[in-house]
Amino acid sequence: MVENQGSPPRGPQDFEKVLEGSAAEVVSFETHDKSPLARFHHFLHANPTAAPVVVLVFGCIVFGLVANNFFSAFNLSLIIQQVTVIGILGAAQTLVILTAGIDLSVAAIMVLSYMVMARLAVQGDVPTILAVLIGLGIGLACGLFNGSLATRARLVPIAVAVLAWVLLLSLGLPLIYVVPIGMVAGLAIGWLGFGPAIDLRLPPFIVTLGAWSIFFALNLWYSESETIRSQDIDASAPLLKVFGLRVELLGAQFTLGSFLMVGIFIVLWYALNWTAWGRAVYAVGDDREAAELSGINTDRVLLSVYGTAGLLCALGGWAAIGRVGSASPQSFYEGNLDAITAVVIGGTSLFGGRGAIFGTLFGALIVGAFRSGLKLGGVDVLWQTFAVGLLIIVAVAMDQWIRRVSA
Amino acid sequence: MSLKPVMTGRGLTKRYGRVTAMDGADFELFPGEVLGIIGDNGAGKSTLVKALCGAVQIDEGEVRLDGEPVNFKSPMDARDAGIETVYQNLALSPALSIADNMFLGREILKQGIAGSVFRMLDKKRMRDFARDKLTELGLMTVQSITQAVETLSGGQRQGVAVARAAAFATKFVIMDEPTAALGVKESRRVLELIQDVKARGMPIVLISHNMPHVFEVADRIHIHRLSRRHAVIRPKDFSMSDAVAIMTGALDPPDELALPEGAVLA
Repeated sequence: MVENQGSPPRGPQDFEKVLEGSAAEVVSFETHDKSPLARFHHFLHANPTAAPVVVLVFGCIVFGLVANNFFSAFNLSLIIQQVTVIGILGAAQTLVILTAGIDLSVAAIMVLSYMVMARLAVQGDVPTILAVLIGLGIGLACGLFNGSLATRARLVPIAVAVLAWVLLLSLGLPLIYVVPIGMVAGLAIGWLGFGPAIDLRLPPFIVTLGAWSIFFALNLWYSESETIRSQDIDASAPLLKVFGLRVELLGAQFTLGSFLMVGIFIVLWYALNWTAWGRAVYAVGDDREAAELSGINTDRVLLSVYGTAGLLCALGGWAAIGRVGSASPQSFYEGNLDAITAVVIGGTSLFGGRGAIFGTLFGALIVGAFRSGLKLGGVDVLWQTFAVGLLIIVAVAMDQWIRRVSA
Repeated sequence: MSLKPVMTGRGLTKRYGRVTAMDGADFELFPGEVLGIIGDNGAGKSTLVKALCGAVQIDEGEVRLDGEPVNFKSPMDARDAGIETVYQNLALSPALSIADNMFLGREILKQGIAGSVFRMLDKKRMRDFARDKLTELGLMTVQSITQAVETLSGGQRQGVAVARAAAFATKFVIMDEPTAALGVKESRRVLELIQDVKARGMPIVLISHNMPHVFEVADRIHIHRLSRRHAVIRPKDFSMSDAVAIMTGALDPPDELALPEGAVLA
């Protein structure tokens, strides 16, 4: 081997000497002219909400030309009312999907939460505001249950909830109180954060698929498969329907639920873009290991994301009572898929770390506008569903293409 | 004048079941030096480095930082103590911007109510800081501090990771195979970066399989063999083939450990 004994080389090695004649700027950009397509590609990469906005505007123009009453104030406000509940579920789902997870139980959490609110307020003589708070707590508890199974699971809260159910039922307390008390007790114990924890880190898809069945079964057990009728809610707990109230604005009627939905999106936009928590959510979804090495407590971030999602589902449940009028344990069976549809069409990547919260709002509005426009244009319902399916596939194809951006 | 080590490891031992990854290894890093660490695959050099930066908890032995015993439970503890690590996979979040990545996990909040109640990020201060740090290291030909890291080349990403470590380290920087994934030109740039960081008085631990690179930038070379420190040599006293021979056991190690001028072992 040829080595320069005694004095090791300092500076460029022999084989690197030729580099002196070559271009020196390594860490710089080649600013060659990009083709219009490449520019567009970069624009979409930097602005994830651009594509859904373009689709929404384009779709609205087409439907406005085809169906002349599409742009009526009545129709536009109807679209917004129709997307309220799915929009809120989509907001919750967006948070989870940004972390490269998925929550298949959002609709089940929502239905369980609003059944608790409605039963306690209407049949349980609980003050409405307290019933709502307990319902929100149920949503939070369900979300944290999912989150803990996807990260570090504490068994004590679950054990407390189940033991409380058994104990209270054997004492003869009615089911209507037993289920919420057990879950709120579990939530409170979980808050204290003691007891052994197991690093389960189960895949969110499987965890929430199981949770969906569990929450659905809990819901049927609790509600005894019985719908709380609209007139009963009006008579004893009108506050439950507060998000169904309408306000006149610019000649159109908007429900308070629409404002709740927009408010949720604004708060989440702020949290995701202007707080360290938001950066952490993106980082965890992007590359969990890198986030951990950068000093982010990824387990805590994931738990907070699933918990927030559960709480938002419960809020969506409150809005759903206002939207539907009654509280049925069988409703929103397709809510999960509709929420995922809104997220995907809104340009958020199912692989995590990419997307924007407002994209989901536009995604939900696109679905609403397409369904409404096709209906006004006299197209059969089956073709509306067909169109939504097409939109999903196009959106995912776009996401794959956008991800392949290069400098 | 006596030069005391920044960090020392004594009798570091780590067992995984019946496998002993590290068997009474010693380690010293002195102020202002670049310490190269070389060793065969499986010699235990990555276990040693992980023990220093808190990613692995040692079973036996003692780690001291500036003479004080420390017990890092996680890389975060080491980071809080002023030890920054540039990981081989860089630990960058591709979809986030350069500025976001530099401040990941240690964001600056705005002053006043916006920061204390609404937890609002001070994006401007973070961008300015990131731009300053990259400029200091001559990396600010990067177009924009807000562009996503995934749009950068391999060398540029390495630059961002090194700048992050150099900006926040107060004790020393660990670099794990910083040139492994890079081309010739990019490697040269990273070696210059290492010299730049060293010129600011920041000690560096450099783990690499690339002998020419180690011999070029290191002041001392720690040779790891069979789960412990086998020798410490000065690159000007030995050739690369000697170093390889010592590393593989073909040559007996020198009797004395190479120390910087005026150094005392605390």
